[in-house]
Amino acid sequence: MSNNNSDFSVHPRIPSIMVTDEEIDFRQYLSSAELSVIEHEVSIMETREAAGIEALKIVQKHRGWISDDSLIAIAQCLQISSAQLEGVATFYNLIYRQKVGHYVIHLCDSISCHLTGYDEILKVIQTYLGIGYGQTTPDGEFTLLSNVCLGSCDKSPAMMINGQHYHSLTNESVVSILNGLSQSAGGSV
Amino acid sequence: MTSETWLEQALSQSLTKPLTHLVNLDQPLDLQGYVQAGGYIGATKALTQLTPKEVLDIVSDSGLKGRGGAGFPTGMKWSCVPALQDESKQAEPSYLICNGDEMEPGTFKDRYLLEGVPHQLIEAMIIASYTISANKAYLFLRGEYHVAATRLQQAIDQAYENNWLGKNIQGSKYQLDLYLHTSAGRYICGEETALINALEGKRATPRAKPPFPQVSGLFGKPTVVNNVETLSNLPHILKHGSQWFKDLSPNSDPGTKMYAACGQVKNPGVWELPMGVTIRELLYDYAGGMKDDVNLKGLLPGGASTDFLVEQHLDTPMDFDSIGKAGSRLGTGGLIVLGDKHCPVAMVLNLLRFFAQESCGWCTPCRDGTPWVVEILTRIEQGKGSPADLAQLEDLCDFMWLGKTHCALAPGAVEPLKSAMRYFKDDFEQHIEQGCCPYKSSNNEQQGEQTESEKRVREGVSQGGENDE
Repeated sequence: MSNNNSDFSVHPRIPSIMVTDEEIDFRQYLSSAELSVIEHEVSIMETREAAGIEALKIVQKHRGWISDDSLIAIAQCLQISSAQLEGVATFYNLIYRQKVGHYVIHLCDSISCHLTGYDEILKVIQTYLGIGYGQTTPDGEFTLLSNVCLGSCDKSPAMMINGQHYHSLTNESVVSILNGLSQSAGGSV
Repeated sequence: MTSETWLEQALSQSLTKPLTHLVNLDQPLDLQGYVQAGGYIGATKALTQLTPKEVLDIVSDSGLKGRGGAGFPTGMKWSCVPALQDESKQAEPSYLICNGDEMEPGTFKDRYLLEGVPHQLIEAMIIASYTISANKAYLFLRGEYHVAATRLQQAIDQAYENNWLGKNIQGSKYQLDLYLHTSAGRYICGEETALINALEGKRATPRAKPPFPQVSGLFGKPTVVNNVETLSNLPHILKHGSQWFKDLSPNSDPGTKMYAACGQVKNPGVWELPMGVTIRELLYDYAGGMKDDVNLKGLLPGGASTDFLVEQHLDTPMDFDSIGKAGSRLGTGGLIVLGDKHCPVAMVLNLLRFFAQESCGWCTPCRDGTPWVVEILTRIEQGKGSPADLAQLEDLCDFMWLGKTHCALAPGAVEPLKSAMRYFKDDFEQHIEQGCCPYKSSNNEQQGEQTESEKRVREGVSQGGENDE
């Protein structure tokens, strides 16, 4: 299982080539769509750095995750150090500092889901995908992550995939959801 | 049900269920519908008939207490804002922040209000902002609430189009800009000073207090942070008066409360009820009692960071004072219910894993204490614990208690742990004496089923593979 996924998540992320801030020009790196959202956010806050989370989110939306280059470009754009922005980026569960799959599964592992059979759902997903937490399937389609309480405690167990919430999970419904996504993923290739 | 019948039914409950009578989770009211249902009357009254000080007096008199967990009187919180103490300071910048970062495990009440009646919150934020003389307000929403984010942004856009936001609101001299900020998933952002750091684009560690946010908050300016449910009461208090609000509840804590139940109950959900309904009523009349054939082992009355209560507390009213006297906290008012066939040590381990993961790492008692507790609890749950571990846990509860940590996260983690060790002492000791989890026998049966389900999953995988080809 771990052989397929030894590239990341198991080991700490160590950039193979150190990129210095000067080697990236954010004006060329960030798209105009990304820049306009970032500048809008800057306009409603009092400081440029306050747009940090929104900037990370918009770049992640366009590119799937936040690479070192993206981080440096955003930091330049916001006129803060990349180290400062890294402190923010790594603080949040929904900012991915490693490449993730096409579908990112956030399975709620908090108390209500724990009391209503989350363990079993996790096993079903792990068996279906052949991966554990923090890993991505070899075809790059699915990443499995845990999530703190999703606020669906009246319909637990729950999970979130690419922003879509799924409730009242059973072994059968999870398999059917994953089957559906696998097929649409296969079709899009 | 036609929309007319729905509205008629909804309006019949406007005086008894003010917060939720207009909640529609499938299709929330747009601005026009909300106005037709009596919305924006409270805001109109505030902006056209009352001074900020008069609004403050009404809210103070209503006795409204914060619904985010701590239960601090809202009027008192607002009264510390310089603009309300000295009118000459009204022109100075200040901010209102609505705390919609609902991430307390087992809590989902605000989601109903955010998704089901977004204009109520916008009206509430206008009233609160006007009172504290803020011209900018931020709605801080947790990143995972995507449905709420879409609906709230639509509602904000409608409010701008109809002059409920922007300059000279409804012909008054008052101006307010309201922005939706969606977070990216971190529990500590719900702590008000951490939330302010998050909004400023900083790493969201809590700040030291004092200075309190009302004096120096967002960008160093006076800032009030209020919970979604707290704010949602305002339109109704202004519309119907503070006496009406006090009369909603039979006891000293006024108003209604969004109560909830989840975990091992038959019918989990959210209900708006008069403040002070008993735990028994909530558990059996509303949540349908215990699931399947389990009996009540214990419950957390208001989210993950409250102390366990047990059978003997069932007749306690769910209000701030009574739950406090019973040794716990009302917190967010959402019961998390544990049955007697589920291991309490495993439950506490799950809770503490959450707190260890979500600790911001700023102060040592929390950063090191919470994972240490997880390590010990894991050992006990696996049957490898010793009596010395229990003594160690007691010590850690002391090290992580109020006054020794930077914020309330670690003390919040101690509450379920310490109370579990009191009420479920036998369970902890049996784990150690028997060298295994006493609830394991039923687990074994489950594991047998899992093997079966795993087989079915494997079959599903191979079928999926064929379809792909």
